[in-house]
Amino acid sequence: MAQARSNRPISPHLQIWRWGPAMLVSILHRVTGNGLAFAGLGLLLWWVGAIASGPEAYASFLGWVWTGTGGALQFVTAILGKIVFVGLTWAFFQHLASGVRHLILDIGAGYELHANARWSVVTLIFSIASTILFWAFLLLR
Amino acid sequence: MGNGTSIGRVRGLGSSHQGAHHWLLSRLTAVGNIVLIPFLLASLALLPAYDYATVHAWAARPLSSTALILIMINTFYHARLGVQVMLEDYLHEDAGKFTAWLLVNLVPFAGAAFGILSVLRIALGGA
Repeated sequence: MAQARSNRPISPHLQIWRWGPAMLVSILHRVTGNGLAFAGLGLLLWWVGAIASGPEAYASFLGWVWTGTGGALQFVTAILGKIVFVGLTWAFFQHLASGVRHLILDIGAGYELHANARWSVVTLIFSIASTILFWAFLLLR
Repeated sequence: MGNGTSIGRVRGLGSSHQGAHHWLLSRLTAVGNIVLIPFLLASLALLPAYDYATVHAWAARPLSSTALILIMINTFYHARLGVQVMLEDYLHEDAGKFTAWLLVNLVPFAGAAFGILSVLRIALGGA
């Protein structure tokens, strides 16, 4: 961080580095991917399992993750559930955008410093805008 | 044979020569996810309500059931590959590596089997 004044490109090093859009998006790709893998697929299994098990299991699922009508504990988990669902949709849109970025990097394009930084920022704008639009559509229609 | 000494190969060190296949499957399943997950999100967003009857009827439609089963296969395999890469980067001790190898080869398939069975039960009746 101390030597980050000049415009020379620097690769991440144990002590000499600074935040940049590309490294942020690279880390977010891993974080969102693993979040989706554990929380996202876990909730997906709970959801389809609940539908397959019948109306009571489905009502219980909704109570725990969304409506919170089954007591004090569910009141808390339902608030957490809403945060998790919004977080998962953002994580998906971010992972989608940074994943497409990786597919483009895989064909050898987009490595120029400014283009790389610009497209990294675009993935962040895309994921935040898509999340807002998705939930606005869901809640306001 | 290029990587490591002969004793190193005996100990299972060096390349397993499956990296390119792993990498390619990760990309292939990523493309599958670009189709499947937006389909799921759009279908959910367009549902008129989220009561049991509506959601069950949606999931029981052939197109929805097919997409859900493909998600159980494609997305779980994509997640399995990605989690494996993460674990390989952060776990360096033998015990942790062995545990991770066990879990990453068993849990995703157990989850996918549960998911596929659930979708089949929704689609073909029984609950």
